[in-house]
Amino acid sequence: MIVTETNTYHDEHAKFCEGQSATAPIWLQELRERGLSQFHELGLPTTRDEEWRFTNIAPITTHPFAIADVGAFSESQIDQLVQQAELDEDFHQLVFVNGRFAKQWSRLHDLPANVIVESLAESIDHRPDTVEDRLLGNGDVELSAFVSLNTAFVDDGAYVSVPEGVSVDRPIHLIFLTVADTPSFCHPRNIVSLGKNSRATVIESYLGCEGARYFTNTVTKIEVGESAELSHHKLQHEQANALHVATTSVHQQTKSRFRSHYFSFGGDLTRNKLNCTLDGEGIECTLNGLYMPTGDQLMDCRTEIHHAKPNCNSFELYKGILDDRAKGVFNGKIHVYPDAQKTDAKQSNQTILLSDDAIIDTKPQLEIYADDVRCTHGATVGELDEQAIYYLRSRGIPADLARTMLIFAFANDVVQGVKLPAVRQHLESILLSERGLPNV
Amino acid sequence: MLEIKDLHARCDATEILRGINLQVRAGEVHAIMGPNGSGKSTLAHVLAGREDYEVTQGEVLFNGTSLLDMEVEQRAAEGIFMAYQYPVEIPGVSNKYFLKAAMNSIRKHHKQPLIDTMDFLKVLKEKMQLLGMDKSMMERSVNEGFSGGEKKRNEILQMAMLQPKLAVLDETDSGLDIDALRIVADGVNTLRSPERAIIVVTHYQRLLDYIVPDYVHVLAEGRIVRSGDKTLALELEEKGYGFLEALSPSAAAAAV
Repeated sequence: MIVTETNTYHDEHAKFCEGQSATAPIWLQELRERGLSQFHELGLPTTRDEEWRFTNIAPITTHPFAIADVGAFSESQIDQLVQQAELDEDFHQLVFVNGRFAKQWSRLHDLPANVIVESLAESIDHRPDTVEDRLLGNGDVELSAFVSLNTAFVDDGAYVSVPEGVSVDRPIHLIFLTVADTPSFCHPRNIVSLGKNSRATVIESYLGCEGARYFTNTVTKIEVGESAELSHHKLQHEQANALHVATTSVHQQTKSRFRSHYFSFGGDLTRNKLNCTLDGEGIECTLNGLYMPTGDQLMDCRTEIHHAKPNCNSFELYKGILDDRAKGVFNGKIHVYPDAQKTDAKQSNQTILLSDDAIIDTKPQLEIYADDVRCTHGATVGELDEQAIYYLRSRGIPADLARTMLIFAFANDVVQGVKLPAVRQHLESILLSERGLPNV
Repeated sequence: MLEIKDLHARCDATEILRGINLQVRAGEVHAIMGPNGSGKSTLAHVLAGREDYEVTQGEVLFNGTSLLDMEVEQRAAEGIFMAYQYPVEIPGVSNKYFLKAAMNSIRKHHKQPLIDTMDFLKVLKEKMQLLGMDKSMMERSVNEGFSGGEKKRNEILQMAMLQPKLAVLDETDSGLDIDALRIVADGVNTLRSPERAIIVVTHYQRLLDYIVPDYVHVLAEGRIVRSGDKTLALELEEKGYGFLEALSPSAAAAAV
């Protein structure tokens, strides 16, 4: 089965190369070919692969997806989705429809000198050398079938580059929309690069239109230079029938700070991999996450923090709220290299199961090869605190509202970690509306 | 207001209440005293509606309606308030939101209009000042990281906001120093009114110096073995619970 399906991707790739790729620069054509052959070599994972033990990707392998048709959507549908996604008119905003940059819905305010915020397709035209470097620089940590598949179809996405010493005050909001009436896939590729002492805030939002099943396979590559600071947010609001696979790879240099806030609400099957390499001293890395699957949704969160050098701190908090027959997977790996003395790593995964049929597989994974480190991890799985429910009820609060209040409180902990008011308010309103917490 | 008739209750297999009879009228303050394990707290919890206890016999009428048939939140809505000995911490829910949710839930139950936010905050500030509570406690999570004294004050604050008809205070004095005790007792005393009844459950007489009861009942082995006025509390303080042994059902049985 898997062989036939990789063949589907192969056929689609051939079509893609005839169309898009024919006019592309040679290096890009070669890169895509390499991506495809690597994809064939690696093959799509099965539950026999340790990394995919709990996540069966059958929906991806059994569905023949095709490249999303660029013209197959109406403007009013997109207008609506953009409105839904929009956070603040003061933000820079790049919109991508079916993986392609859509200028008419995008807007850039004044940017500081030499800051680049544009589509990858534009960058490939404007600055092929830099882009080539940044696309090619994939280390072993990213060697996976899905990254290879993304590379095979690399075409467009966001390109953000902030030069040394520059601070981009307005957040940069990247909105990825899928609008398809036949089963489609797209492979956005994003590059975010922060020079020494620079600062930026990036938000990635993923949404889709009701309709055919679609598959988003996105790759974001982030470089945080020396003493630079990046605040990264991802809001996953895909349609209920969507498949979403994302790989975010972060490379941090000395004294840099990276904060990630991941919120997963939509999709049928979601796999989010976040990979951070702390490649210098005095680095801070904070990963916060919240996933709230209901119905038959599956959400798989995988994080890896590589402490490659001494004196770095990482802090990770992932919370899950699972209802109905939903399934959650958390795998948090912390790898402390032999050199990385005085590493301070804290990891916590907390899950609440609201239904007897919900399932969570949680696996903290510590690999420590240095001896003078402080690493803590903890995973808790529980139900709502019955004592607390009783206490609230004994003050006149009905049982269902008491439960809602406790769920909100549990999730809100992660939401409050978001410093950007527009994003925080957006998330609060989702928690309030999804969970029906009234404004008392 | 409250009529307890031959109330028996157990927790797991152990029978704790073995036939309590008690009548509380509006405007009265009753103290329930007794040694550890006599069933004082159980009685309080049964009134509030805790599900860990099973009532095996007897009935409780609250303003003529059977209390035992009501859900916990319904009892609260009808005007029963229990100040807990060990208030629960609820991380992530602010005191302010919690209090407003409670007040409005009770109002909804009675089909009354919801409270205006400005009015709510005004009353809240007033009550907090009265109890010597810092403004910051409004925004803090319910009881989270509160000291013992702060938790007790927070209970009394809730009581002051919800204005119950019947308040049951379970060992409210435990863990309080003398200054905190006085503040809490003052808070309770301002709630004394001809329409309201208060039941004070306590091990020590100390609290009763500040909240002076109209009646004192002594509980032993799940029954009220003596009732009297406030002087009974003083007598207990003087003689200790030891003198009760002669009165207790098991001692009586042994004597036969």
